[in-house]
Amino acid sequence: MSIAYINDDAFHPSNDDYERWSKDGWEMVVGLEVHVELATKTKLFSASPNRFGDEPNTNIDPVTLGLPGALPVLNRQAVELAMRLGLALNCTVQKSTFARKNYFYPDMPKAYQISQYDEPINIDGWLDLPDGFRVGIERGHLEEDTGKSTHVGGAGGRIHGSDYSLIDFNRAGVPLVEIVSRPDIRHPEQAKGYINELREILVAVGASDAKMEEGSMRVDANVSVRKPGENFNTRCEIKNVNSVRSLGRAIEYEARRQIALHEADEPVVQQTRHWDENDGRTHTLRSKEDADDYRYFLEPDLVVVDPGIEWIERVRDALPVLPAERRAILADAAGQSANSEAVMVVAERGQDDYVMDVAKLGGDAGVALKHVKEAPELAEQVPVESLATLSKMELSGVITASQAKTIVAVMIESQNVDPEVIAADLGFEAMDNSDLEAMVDQAIAGQPEAWEKFCAGEGKAMGALVGAVMKASKGQADGKAVTALFQTKKP
Amino acid sequence: MPDESPRITVDEVSKVATLARLILTDEELSTATAELSAMLDHFADIDGLDLDGIEPMMQPTPLANVMRDDVVGVTLNREEVLSQAPLAEDGRFRVPPIVGIEE
Repeated sequence: MSIAYINDDAFHPSNDDYERWSKDGWEMVVGLEVHVELATKTKLFSASPNRFGDEPNTNIDPVTLGLPGALPVLNRQAVELAMRLGLALNCTVQKSTFARKNYFYPDMPKAYQISQYDEPINIDGWLDLPDGFRVGIERGHLEEDTGKSTHVGGAGGRIHGSDYSLIDFNRAGVPLVEIVSRPDIRHPEQAKGYINELREILVAVGASDAKMEEGSMRVDANVSVRKPGENFNTRCEIKNVNSVRSLGRAIEYEARRQIALHEADEPVVQQTRHWDENDGRTHTLRSKEDADDYRYFLEPDLVVVDPGIEWIERVRDALPVLPAERRAILADAAGQSANSEAVMVVAERGQDDYVMDVAKLGGDAGVALKHVKEAPELAEQVPVESLATLSKMELSGVITASQAKTIVAVMIESQNVDPEVIAADLGFEAMDNSDLEAMVDQAIAGQPEAWEKFCAGEGKAMGALVGAVMKASKGQADGKAVTALFQTKKP
Repeated sequence: MPDESPRITVDEVSKVATLARLILTDEELSTATAELSAMLDHFADIDGLDLDGIEPMMQPTPLANVMRDDVVGVTLNREEVLSQAPLAEDGRFRVPPIVGIEE
């Protein structure tokens, strides 16, 4: 094992895009390993606080530091949260054990990590993406996090070439669940969709805050390529992916790199590769250690965890409505598809309840959804009654869509949350049909050439005519109604 | 000892020693190899038994579900702990540059 970048630019792939090489008959095969820090108050095996951002080495105790004689005691809440996320991912929760994974690294003072190996607490689940694509979950097991190393000296804080390292053990022993997907993912967008959906589930069940930028959610990707239907080829594991966007870029790059190797009849070496955000490439980090090299054996200081049917069912019953179902409910009320942008965005913000409350008050969920998507502040600053009233005014044509948008902005800015009062203040009132008709007639008389073209079937001529009416009405006319009126005037 | 090929070779023992960061002399290596082979002979005897239908024993004790509540307890004093370390800097343990071992 050696930790060094190897110059492997010889097979730096060209900039072909995904669609192009998939047309050449290649398919990527991706499985994701996601580590999430559980939102407990204390560590997995000791009573030090589990808290991000504290002064270094203030949340430490004999177990965290691996001091002789210190013994681990399992945190019940960590088990409960692991079960919660397992059940939310349709896993079977089973009797489980802990093992020691032995390796030497300064961020692991015991020289082993306690992790579930043979018998993980969660097995055999799945996660459905918003578009219906199903990704299998192989396992979701409990383990402890490591300390945090800072590399000093050398180039840019990298391990390679650094002068020394500084270790903070606050994170050591923080409870993690590692969620391992099956190699079902075939496209970078599916990988990104999986992470987004997983993050929403984790937050919804309160298992983790799942922040990639703070490291409470960390993603490694196993990537290989093959011709569809053929056996799996050698894979590489990609580390250091720090955002959902980077994940998409990293696996696409890696797939292209491997295709270039296959097409040149060069071997793909099984290894761990490091994603470099700056040059947009993956680099050789180290050869993958064999699982045997960790010399796993049962942790003799801990006993079996056997939650039993009663505890499992209690956790299952207490699960909240999950994001997919929330989206389905919202989509149904708003008359949209569950994976439409507005539904996805508003549900992700957790503002779907607000929109549903509008509907409960007799307002229009579709109109409310549109405004909440565009103006997230609504849900925090404007009473649901106001949006319900506004949506009714817009739906019945008392105000136009663009007037409604103006009123929304005023409601957010000012303390005035009565849309009817705002509409009156702004002089918004329903255009009298006879007024509108007069304006349409005027527009026809004023632009006879445009009118002739329009009647002859030139759709483009409509713009000038409608524009004239909008100008005459000072923007208050409803564009749709005006267009319809012009249609009726055709000879 | 059965007259088959050895259960474990000196090279394998050497590799495991390296993984465990143990420096063994040639003499220690050959002693360890012989002792580990004897242990593996014993496991081979167990492997020879008919164990169908017997559930693997995960732990020697019948205990399960020994857990604690998620309540913050006492932490160690950082300065006291760091004063025991060979080197410390900036509230943290200072360690030599992290490099892998060439194999």
